[in-house]
Amino acid sequence: MSPGPLSYFLIAAFGIGAVVSGWLVFRVDSMLRAAYWLMVSFVAVGSMLVVLSAEFLGLILILMMSGEMTIMAIFMIMFMMNPAGLNPMTMVHQNRTAIMAGVGSFALLALVGLLADFPVRPVVTGDPTVALGEELLGRSMLIFESAGVALLAVMIGAVALAAKRGRFGDAYEGSEEPDLEVNAGDRA
Amino acid sequence: MIELLLVIGAAIFGVGVYGALSQQSFVMIMMGLELMLNSAVLVVVTFWWGTTGGNPAGQLLVIVILAVMAIEAAIGFALVTAVYRSRKADITEKLKRLRN
Repeated sequence: MSPGPLSYFLIAAFGIGAVVSGWLVFRVDSMLRAAYWLMVSFVAVGSMLVVLSAEFLGLILILMMSGEMTIMAIFMIMFMMNPAGLNPMTMVHQNRTAIMAGVGSFALLALVGLLADFPVRPVVTGDPTVALGEELLGRSMLIFESAGVALLAVMIGAVALAAKRGRFGDAYEGSEEPDLEVNAGDRA
Repeated sequence: MIELLLVIGAAIFGVGVYGALSQQSFVMIMMGLELMLNSAVLVVVTFWWGTTGGNPAGQLLVIVILAVMAIEAAIGFALVTAVYRSRKADITEKLKRLRN
């Protein structure tokens, strides 16, 4: 199916929204707001997926990332300084290198996207969600099941890593806060 | 349309690269990685939509990327918790020394 003017408009609008909100993630003072700007970026990309006829994937992305960003916001409040953004905050290092890497990767990837000759075979009419369901529970079931097993293993591993009472005793035992200064002994 | 989508994907990826390389906070670095995966999802759906004739294997690849995103977040949060417990560190600069 060929995209109409409305599709172009929606893709451009959501695309600009996704990029700008992604940029704001690293510009706001509050880490909590950063988490929610990232969620806005994911919602914009999920909406683009819906426009591209991948309704199921778009809604899954929005649902999953809303939950993940809420957990991320809780982590911000738990561990990070200045979660409310009451003071100006700049926590960056190697800023110039990072800007060059970001701009360079954008330029390179955009150049490939603009210059490469991709085959034009648009989605044929039909229900892509039904096709995905048949694929998941048919030919590609092993891949789907493997993803499930990997997630189970990760859940066990994450609990083992984060548990207070670990394999080698209490997690706080012997813990120390490192200082930011280089000690004279270390320098020698 | 494909070109527009790929440029948008490249821009999101570039912002993610900047974030992952420039931020000191562990969770902010994870946000940069998430943005890069966000871009990957968009680009894969773009290729599925425009170049495969609707082959469902393209959508399946997105499911795999979503699983990778969940794995990255779970392991990342677990590592942040473990590092904070042992070193009271929340930024990369506090982990200059591997020993003690």
